[in-house]
Parts: sequence; C-alpha cells; structure tokens
Amino acid sequence: MTNKVSSESIRQTKAVMEEIRRVTTHPWNIMEICGGQTHSIMEYGLDQLLPENINLVHGPGCPVCVTSLEIVEHALQIAMQSDVIFASFGDMLRVPGSSTDLFGARAKGADVRVVYSPMDAVKLAKENPEKQVVFFAVGFETTVPAIAASVLHAEKNHLDNFSILPANVLVPPAMDAILSSPENQINAFLAAGHVCAIMGYWQYEPIARQYQTPIVVTGFEALDLAMGILMSVRQLEGGRYEVENAYARYVTREGNLVAQSMINQVFKPVDRQWRGIGNIPLSGLGLNDNYKQFDASTRFDIQLAQVQESPICIAGSVLRGTAKPIDCPAFGTLCTPANPLGAPMVSGEGACSAYYRYHKVN
Amino acid sequence: MESTTPTMQGAVCPLPISQHDHIVIGHGAGGVLTLQLIQSVFQKHLGNVILKQGNDAALLRLWQEVPEGQNLVISTDAHIVSPLFFAGGDIGRLSICGTVNDVSMLGAVPKFLTATFILEEGFPIVDLKRILVSMARAAEEAGVRIVAADTKVTEKGKSDKLFISTTGIGWVNRLHTISGQSAVDGDVVILSGPLGNHGIAVAEARGNLGFHSQIKSDVAPLNGMIAELLQAVPDTHVLRDPTRGGLATTLVEIACQSKVSITLQEADIPVDRDVRSACDMLGLDPLYMANEGKLIAIIPAESADLALETLRNHQYGSNAAKIGVVENKPAGQVLLKTPLGTTRHLDMLAGEMLPRIC
Repeated sequence: MTNKVSSESIRQTKAVMEEIRRVTTHPWNIMEICGGQTHSIMEYGLDQLLPENINLVHGPGCPVCVTSLEIVEHALQIAMQSDVIFASFGDMLRVPGSSTDLFGARAKGADVRVVYSPMDAVKLAKENPEKQVVFFAVGFETTVPAIAASVLHAEKNHLDNFSILPANVLVPPAMDAILSSPENQINAFLAAGHVCAIMGYWQYEPIARQYQTPIVVTGFEALDLAMGILMSVRQLEGGRYEVENAYARYVTREGNLVAQSMINQVFKPVDRQWRGIGNIPLSGLGLNDNYKQFDASTRFDIQLAQVQESPICIAGSVLRGTAKPIDCPAFGTLCTPANPLGAPMVSGEGACSAYYRYHKVN
Repeated sequence: MESTTPTMQGAVCPLPISQHDHIVIGHGAGGVLTLQLIQSVFQKHLGNVILKQGNDAALLRLWQEVPEGQNLVISTDAHIVSPLFFAGGDIGRLSICGTVNDVSMLGAVPKFLTATFILEEGFPIVDLKRILVSMARAAEEAGVRIVAADTKVTEKGKSDKLFISTTGIGWVNRLHTISGQSAVDGDVVILSGPLGNHGIAVAEARGNLGFHSQIKSDVAPLNGMIAELLQAVPDTHVLRDPTRGGLATTLVEIACQSKVSITLQEADIPVDRDVRSACDMLGLDPLYMANEGKLIAIIPAESADLALETLRNHQYGSNAAKIGVVENKPAGQVLLKTPLGTTRHLDMLAGEMLPRIC
C-alpha cells in the first residue's frame, strides 16, 4: 500500500508554499505551459495554498486541445475510409470535430483503434498488410521521438501501408506567440519538464532575454511545482529574467541528443494552426522531404469542407491564458466532459476539464 | 513399393459428430449438436440436480429454501471483457462474482443463478471448458447454483468470442434497509481494500501497459464477507461494489441517492504500489478504475471499528480502511481532502476513461 505523496514530500511542499508566501510582495501571473502541470496543480489543490496575489494561468500545453479543427476533421475523413485502420492516443477520440468525434466515427463503422505507442500502430500495419494504417501524430516534443522512431521503423521494414497524420506542435513558438501578444499579462513561465527532458532548455534562453520573462523548467509532482513557482517568484521579486532548472533530476540544458537527432532526421518545423489561437509560424512538425511518403494528409484524396467552432465556447481565450474556464458561460452547463463543446474540456490535461474535475471548493 | 495394407489397431468407430474443437453454427441450432454441447460441456461442468432436469424452466422449491420474513432480490448483469482471460480471473469467474456481488449489496444471500452464453462461431471449445470450470469453482465458493442456462451461437464476426449474461436470485430479511439511499449524516465510509487492481490487470492482459507487472484482478465473490459484516453490524446502511466508474463514481451515485455529502481523506484510500505506478505511467486515476472484488460499506460511526475488524478478518478484506465520512450537505457532493490539506471535488467518470498523452 502506498500514498501518492510521501509525508516528507508533503512537509517540504508546505514549507516551499510558506516560503512563496513570505517572498511575494507583488501580484504576479505565472503560466504553467503544460497541461500535465495544470492537471497536477488541480489534483493537489496547489492553487489553494498560494497567496492571493499569485495567479496561476493555464497555458496552451494540452496537445489534444490545440489540435486544429481542420486537422480533427481531416482525421475523421481519413478514419471513415473503408480500407483504413486509424490509430490514435485515447485522448483524441472524444475531441469534437464540427459534427462528430472519432468515437462517433467508430460507431458509424470506422476502424478506429486506441494505441498507447506509435509502435503499436506500426505493428498493426505489419499485421494488416491489406489495410492502410494511419497514426494520428499529436503531442508536444514529448511524443515526437517515438513517432519519429515509428516512421524510421516503417521505412526500414518497407511498410508502405503505414503513414502518420502530422499534428505535432512545439512549445517555444507558442510561448513566443503568447508573450508577443498585446493582450499578454504573463510575468513568468513554468516550462514543461517532460518536453525539456527531450529538447533541453537552451531554446528558452533567447525568449527569456527578449521578453524579460523568467522561465523555470518544472516537473509534475506537488513539490516540483511548488519549487518552480517559488523560483519564478524569486526571479520576479528580484527583477531577474533567466532560465532556471527546477527539474534537474531529469533535465539538462542540452536535452536528449539522440532523440533530437532522430526528430531532426524525420521532421522539419512547419507553420501550424492552433485551435483557439490561430496560425503560429514554425510551431509544428511536418515530415522531411525524405519521409514525405509517410504523410497521410497527402496520401488520401480528401476534400475538406469549411469548418466552424462553437460560437459559445471561449477555448481560444482559455488557451491564450486571457480567460479562466469558469469565465465561460457554457462551463459546467452546456459544456461538460461528457458533452464537450471545446477541446479543453476533453482531455484530463485540458484546463476546462481539470477545472471541472478539481475546481476550487467555494 | 510401399505396402498399402492398413495398420490394424482393432475395431475403430467413426468419430461422433460432437468432436468439434471449435464452436460451429450447428451448436446453436437446437438439434443433436446443441444437445451434445449442453450435455458434454455445460452440464458436465455446471450441472446440478435442478439444471440436469432438462426442462424449459427451473422449478425452485422456495418453500424449502427461503426462511419466513424474507424479500426476494434479483439482479442481472451482462459480462463482456477482452481478453477473456487475465491475471487473477477470466470472464467465467467475473460472470459469477459480478452478479453474486450485486445481489449481496442489498444485504441479500444469493442462492440461484441463471446464465446465458452468446458464443461466436469458431470459439475454441477448450477455452469454453476452461471458463466453465472457473465458473463452477466461483459458484461453489459463493455457495450458489446455476439452475437455468441458455446458449446461442452467432456467425463469425457477429459477436466477439463469448459473452455471458447472468441473473442472480437471493433473499434478504425484510427488516434490512440496506440501500444507496440510506447513508446519513455522521456515517463512516469504509473501503474493503486497495483500488484499481482489476482495471490494471485487464489493461495488462490487453498488452496496453507496455511492461509486465504482478498485478492480479481482485475478482471475488463478496457474499461470505458481507454475511459476516452484517452479523457483526446489522445496522449497516449502504453496501455497494465500486465496479465500472470506480470509487469516485460510485460514491457520487450514493451521495445523490442519499442526498448527502461525502468527504474522503486521500491519504487513507488504499492503492497498491504497482497499481499506483501503472496508473501514473498511463495517466489513469485509481479512484476511477474498475474493481471486481471490493465493497464500500457506509455504517454508523459507533460500529466503524467493529466493521473494520470484521472485514480485516476476511481474506477479501484484509486491507480494509476507513476512508471518509458522510455529512448532511450539500447533497450529491463528494470531496477529497488531499494530504496537503487542500480539497477537490470528485465527479462521475465521463464516458470512457482515456489515458492522457503526456
């Protein structure tokens, strides 16, 4: 039998929270970029322990939430092709397109499979040579090495019936877009520990300098998050704006060079549409010319119709950090995890879903 | 030239037509094949005096069995699980325990079961036998008899290997008022053991973990433990097994039914270390994972210690723990106090539990 958090870690977390209270003299807006961190903050109730003038803003770091409506529609159309097995991480299945989601497509006869790793999709391709197997390549930098490996594996084994629908997104361009927005109110960032474990954190240094904004690489446990917040506040109170690492047990400045080289071999940065935010230059990953034959978006002849978001949903403002989920008129009434209007209500990492499940007790 | 004289092995009869290794469509046609399947497979493993009567319906001489002053309790449940075999159990054991437990959750003593088997053409008979042996073993452990059964066979692809639906009949003293509506202010919430083992064992059997664990399903008949609990604490208010939707969903249901609020202490909720790790890796929450051998008991505070002691003396309740309390209001609310002293709402599981990406 085990407790989620050890008593020593609880004691330390409470001490760090006390220290945050002690050093905070000004109101600060701190954005956790990663949806996994939003989830943890809500799960542990860390926002309830912060002083009132520290405002945590939930960033666009839920890959499910930011996948554009166009790509979701494209995925649905591909999945509905009769010779296709469409493989996806479970999260994506309930993301609403304009009229249905992948669960709905499956109920109408599409062969949609939940996989836990892109390599499972490669295995499906091997086992079903008469079918086209398409993997929905969503996620931040964290999921990309495994997806790159799946493409390399398919190439090596001549699996011509395997392809991916590229929808991966990158964190640094999104941070740049948020900070350069005239609406920006973010004073500091908690960078996503898992992303930095792959990519390192050197890419964040120019951003911190350009926008004079502290960035702290932060993990996912209660104590990790508390430390990330404390280090951000200390920088803000001291007038510093550096990249600091509060997750040194997993993250180095350079990151995982093997994984990075695999990513660079298979992918290249491309412009990408973010749901609720719009187009961000060079914020996505597309397949390199050498691997473009694995691109499902060009493999199937599909005409995409114009699609429109729900007019009530304020997902865009939530994802930009300019509104909280509870500011939405549909929150918890018209829009719930069982019947999501916008993507942030779908995934456990989505800010609306995290708020719905864990939101503060009045 | 080779000899064409056959090797003599004595008199050889032609194989009877029942010697199929797999279910064929004829097994469901109601003719000789069906009869042979019933006699040589189903009755062989599940048979008892009542089932072997071979009538269209089972005649239960209840006047011989049911004590006076009892109410009849009936529950029905369809069992679909993929794969059919997993660490700690299989669909057969599940189909007995699921229904036995549902009947028991009203404080009733389950006695009779009926079972319907939907078989897919091509299903290996050796697997069917294995499942029936497991059903017979679970029924024996639970002290129930399968008194009526039916088999249907679908064409290949029209169903998935094997579905089992069971209906359970039992009885309960008419003075008992155990129900999801009976939780009241001041009651204590007790959980009979760690959460999530069944859900993770099935995920591993599906090959979804990506690693091997020692985690076994907790699937078990709980009627024996419940009988002991009710003997010790007859004024138990609520019994419920946190199956699909897990502990959180079940408690929200109870809080709504009883129009009360329930507050849990996260640190007191038992979860095995391996299950916790697997859930962390997959982005799943043990509070929402399915269990098939656990119960929630909501009882008056003064009986809490006795209830805990009784449960802990039973093999299926050795890690029972007091996890929370019932309060007057607001109705339908379930709160979780975290070890950090913060509070969060628990809600029902929305749709299917989806592993998070990152």
